[in-house]
Amino acid sequence: MSQPQSSKPRKPLSVFARLASGIRRPAKIHDFHGGIHPPEMKHLSNGTPIVPGPLPQQLVLPLNMHIGAPAKPLVAPGDKVLKGQMIAEPIGAVSAAIHAPTSGTVSAIGPRPIQHPSGMDAVCIVIDTDGEDQWVEHQGIADYTDKSPAELVDLIRHAGIAGMGGAGFPTSIKVNLGDHQRVEQLLINAVECEPYITADDRLMRERAEQIVTGIHILQYLLNPRRTLIGIEDNKPEAISAIKRACKGCDIEVRVVPTKYPSGGEKQLIQLLTGKEVASGQLPAQVGVVCQNVGTAYAIKRAVCDGEPLVSRVTTLTGDGVSQPGNYEVLLGTPVRDLLAHGNLAGLDIGRLVMGGPMMGFTLHNPGVPVVKTTNCIIAASPEELPEPPPEQPCIRCGSCAEVCPANLLPQQLYWHAKNDDLEKAQHHNLMDCIECGACAYVCPSHIPLVQYYRYAKGEVRQQAADQVKADKARQRFEARQARIEQEQAEKEARRQARLEANRKKKEAGPAAASTVDVAALKQASLDASKAYKAAVKAAKTAEAEGADNLAELKAEADRLKALADKAKAAVRDAKDGAPVAAAPAEDTVAKLKKQVGDASSAYKAAVKAAKAAEAEGADNVAELKAQADTLKASADALKAELREAKANAPAATAPVAQTDPVAELKKQVGDASSAYKSAVKAAKQAEEEGADNAAELRAEADKLKAAADQLKMELRDAKANAPAAPPPSAPAPTTIEQPDPVAALKKQVGDASMAYKAAVKAAKQADEEGADNATDLHSKAGELKAIADQLKAELRDAKAAAPPTPKAAPAATATTDSPAVPEEQAPQSLAEVDPEQAAKRQKRLKGLKTAYNMAHKQYKEAHAAYERAERNETASADELQAMQVKIDKLKAKADNARDALDALVEEAKADIRAHTGKDLKTLKLEAARAESALADKQQELEQQRSSASEDTLEALSSELQALESETQIARKALKQAVEEQGLAE
Amino acid sequence: MTAVLIAVAALLALAAVFGAVLGFASEKFKVEGDPIVEQIDSLLPQTQCGQCGHPGCRPYAEAIAEGEDHNRCPPGGQDTVVALSELLGREELTLDNEGAEDANVAKVAYIREDECIGCTKCIQACPVDAIVGAAKLMHTVIVDECTGCDLCVEPCPVDCIDMLEVKPTLQTWGWHRPAGIGERPDSRIEVVNL
Repeated sequence: MSQPQSSKPRKPLSVFARLASGIRRPAKIHDFHGGIHPPEMKHLSNGTPIVPGPLPQQLVLPLNMHIGAPAKPLVAPGDKVLKGQMIAEPIGAVSAAIHAPTSGTVSAIGPRPIQHPSGMDAVCIVIDTDGEDQWVEHQGIADYTDKSPAELVDLIRHAGIAGMGGAGFPTSIKVNLGDHQRVEQLLINAVECEPYITADDRLMRERAEQIVTGIHILQYLLNPRRTLIGIEDNKPEAISAIKRACKGCDIEVRVVPTKYPSGGEKQLIQLLTGKEVASGQLPAQVGVVCQNVGTAYAIKRAVCDGEPLVSRVTTLTGDGVSQPGNYEVLLGTPVRDLLAHGNLAGLDIGRLVMGGPMMGFTLHNPGVPVVKTTNCIIAASPEELPEPPPEQPCIRCGSCAEVCPANLLPQQLYWHAKNDDLEKAQHHNLMDCIECGACAYVCPSHIPLVQYYRYAKGEVRQQAADQVKADKARQRFEARQARIEQEQAEKEARRQARLEANRKKKEAGPAAASTVDVAALKQASLDASKAYKAAVKAAKTAEAEGADNLAELKAEADRLKALADKAKAAVRDAKDGAPVAAAPAEDTVAKLKKQVGDASSAYKAAVKAAKAAEAEGADNVAELKAQADTLKASADALKAELREAKANAPAATAPVAQTDPVAELKKQVGDASSAYKSAVKAAKQAEEEGADNAAELRAEADKLKAAADQLKMELRDAKANAPAAPPPSAPAPTTIEQPDPVAALKKQVGDASMAYKAAVKAAKQADEEGADNATDLHSKAGELKAIADQLKAELRDAKAAAPPTPKAAPAATATTDSPAVPEEQAPQSLAEVDPEQAAKRQKRLKGLKTAYNMAHKQYKEAHAAYERAERNETASADELQAMQVKIDKLKAKADNARDALDALVEEAKADIRAHTGKDLKTLKLEAARAESALADKQQELEQQRSSASEDTLEALSSELQALESETQIARKALKQAVEEQGLAE
Repeated sequence: MTAVLIAVAALLALAAVFGAVLGFASEKFKVEGDPIVEQIDSLLPQTQCGQCGHPGCRPYAEAIAEGEDHNRCPPGGQDTVVALSELLGREELTLDNEGAEDANVAKVAYIREDECIGCTKCIQACPVDAIVGAAKLMHTVIVDECTGCDLCVEPCPVDCIDMLEVKPTLQTWGWHRPAGIGERPDSRIEVVNL
């Protein structure tokens, strides 16, 4: 857009000019905002020609003399290198090669101080020079137009050329624009506006031809529509030299008025073309490419002479040197050597500056090398570049805004930068500041404005980098979370699948087995009841120890019990299949059965009621009476049954069925006695061997348990069959057979309890002797006791089951005997329960429980706090110790509370035992038994419903009712006992 | 009377129309999720260090949105507190960094690889998966990904993880802030007209 603008007025102008005076008038020069006129100080160094720099002992070549990625070393310490040999190659797009500036030996590759305001070290290649300055074999290109631009760009890249004006941007990037990018103007920057520097001035004066050749190469590469050279009007010799060299070619020399910072890229573009490069844009985006004269010269040397960039013209100036001037310095020459070469005047150097005074930086180490961008070294006396005066408050004079070449508001930027208000500073285009220093130069308060901007820019960059890093961290964090969640979901899914498979297997298993064989069923039932018992035991232990998971254990036990019941029912169903089917055949038998069932269940209920009364104490007189009534009714029923049995004495079918139960009973006896034997054996062994035979004992106990279970199973079968079978048959055999198992059982019970006692004794002995397996023995004893209890319970059941038949004969006695049972037991319970004490204990128990809970909670919290503190290291060692002490205290408190609680629970349990004559376990067992019996009966009823006659059904339902009441009573007794002692939880 | 009726009818009609418009708008321009959480999260430094008491930056952002104090992020420093105060319109609190006075110094974890036993505990602890290694093999930290959160140090059974300060490089170095009014700016070059 500005191209026609600048060419249109030129045409008529030049025509007019030719017509008018015959001389070519200078093209229009635009202006940019602001700018200053600092003392030029160029006279110090521009009077003498360029002389070669020193050949120092050592050259230090930083791997990043340019903007972009550091070059990658191609040599190792000890390698011999020749002048111009590439010693580091460019890595990545934005990079430049490095060549040995002279021949010598690589002595080290390592950190050395480099040209950076931070004064930090960076990796450098150190070359010990050999003084021969021997060139590597090299050859220039006679006619660069033979080569394609791409080849030339590569050559420039590998010649290590980077912007010589001061920024050091790799030239190969700047001259390698894509085909789509049309270059309108190629600008050659020969302005050199900063004070003191005269390197480009001298270069133009002395080597104008070579510079122009370099510009031609640039033209070939970029194919611009116009090429302009901008030179400040304070360099007349340079202007004339360049003009001479440009004669006859399409390069326009434009003289710009002296003003700092005309040499800034954007400012020069504006001066010569009138185009403004917008904020954030590159010059190429407005069709302009800007190159320094020094760069053009280096390109010529690289392309035409085959010499890579190994030296540059550097101005050495300042009061501190006696021979200021321009030196063609080998790259890597330490400033120290250059100063020596320039004859350090022996003055006190106030300041050593690399670059110009406006944009350069102070060197604190003279060992820093001259690099590709070093256009000037100022060794100034304190008078020349004095220490800056103290910063004063801003007086808002606005001078800075007047001189800002970038059209910014330096004062606003200053405030925002000072207050770290980076967002606002950016809003005021902080990043467009070119750090020229014009604002600071004019500031009457001597505010180091540029430093503030540099600081703020650094912060902005840091924040941007942090943000990038934070985003990356967030991504990684979220990805990780997602991954963990997915893993967990998969795990859960697998678990669910496994559970599902197990459940299916379980469901399919029993159904199949029930049809297969009774033996397997029996085994399953045994296993189930074993598991149930173990669970109950575990729950008991847990209860005794006051463990937290009591409820869980109980639930588990209940579940197992249900399973066991199911299994048992299955076994019984399988076994009873035949008798049950046979039963409804005979009407009279059914009736008898019904009556016998009634009587027996009533009797059982009465017994249970008596037990309940025992547990409940004196309050339940009414219940007792009701029990007595039931009993009477049962007696009546028995009478009626007896009558009928007498009337229908010769019932045909019975004997066949009877042989079975008899055999079974016999078997039971055998089993029971073997169980007894093993129990005794186990007890004896425990007694004899004391400590060592834990494993053996366990095996023994298991055997015993298995035997007991077996016995129980058989007994139940006998129970199921006995009441049905005996009545219709002759009374004689039953009366002979029936007492037998009962007696055997009694004997078993006695033996078992003896075994238990022996085991307890053994355990005590072991305790006293401090044997290791005392706990084992104790648990063994507990097991034996459980067996004994079980046997006792079985005996009771057997007794309950047996009486109907023997008592059927002496009907009269039954009526009188039966009621006596509860009445005998009632007074006992009346005497023993002390409700007041129980209530007191309950209260205390509750209090203790709360106390324990509180203490435990506090302890947990304190512990957590301690761990947190430890992890975060937020607390000092003392604090941690104090916390530890506190935790210990709390723990002790919690333990005390728990001990007290345990003691009280034990006491309560003992009380229950004392009051009810049996412990909680027995009560629970009874309740469970009653419930399972009820469940069995219900199942039976369900099965019979379709096949059996009405009478049978009636009998069954009445049995069921009786069982139900029985169960309820048992439950109630248990509940009461538990509640009474405050052990409900 | 009719005037009153007309007025009431008109107002009711207006109410119905505006209600409908608002209802439609609230459905049409419904914002899914809580955008404030996103905004808060973007201000947090994402070190995922858990020093705020939450398992990561986002949970803390959610907690802040629900009213928790916004001064519990030591890695973010006071700047983050200020930024959050501005975003949320809440009072500017002082940073709650008990004992973590050097929180603003960037650090990265460094595993002394000779001592590493390959237990993978640090790998599991790292919230940003910045540690590579396998069981019984030496682990190392991907420095560029490490947020310096410190969480890997504690699980290490052999204490071979150090938190090293990140030294500025030539790329990350920045000019320091001038000392201020009354001080001589040390790096300023005073060009005077002699």
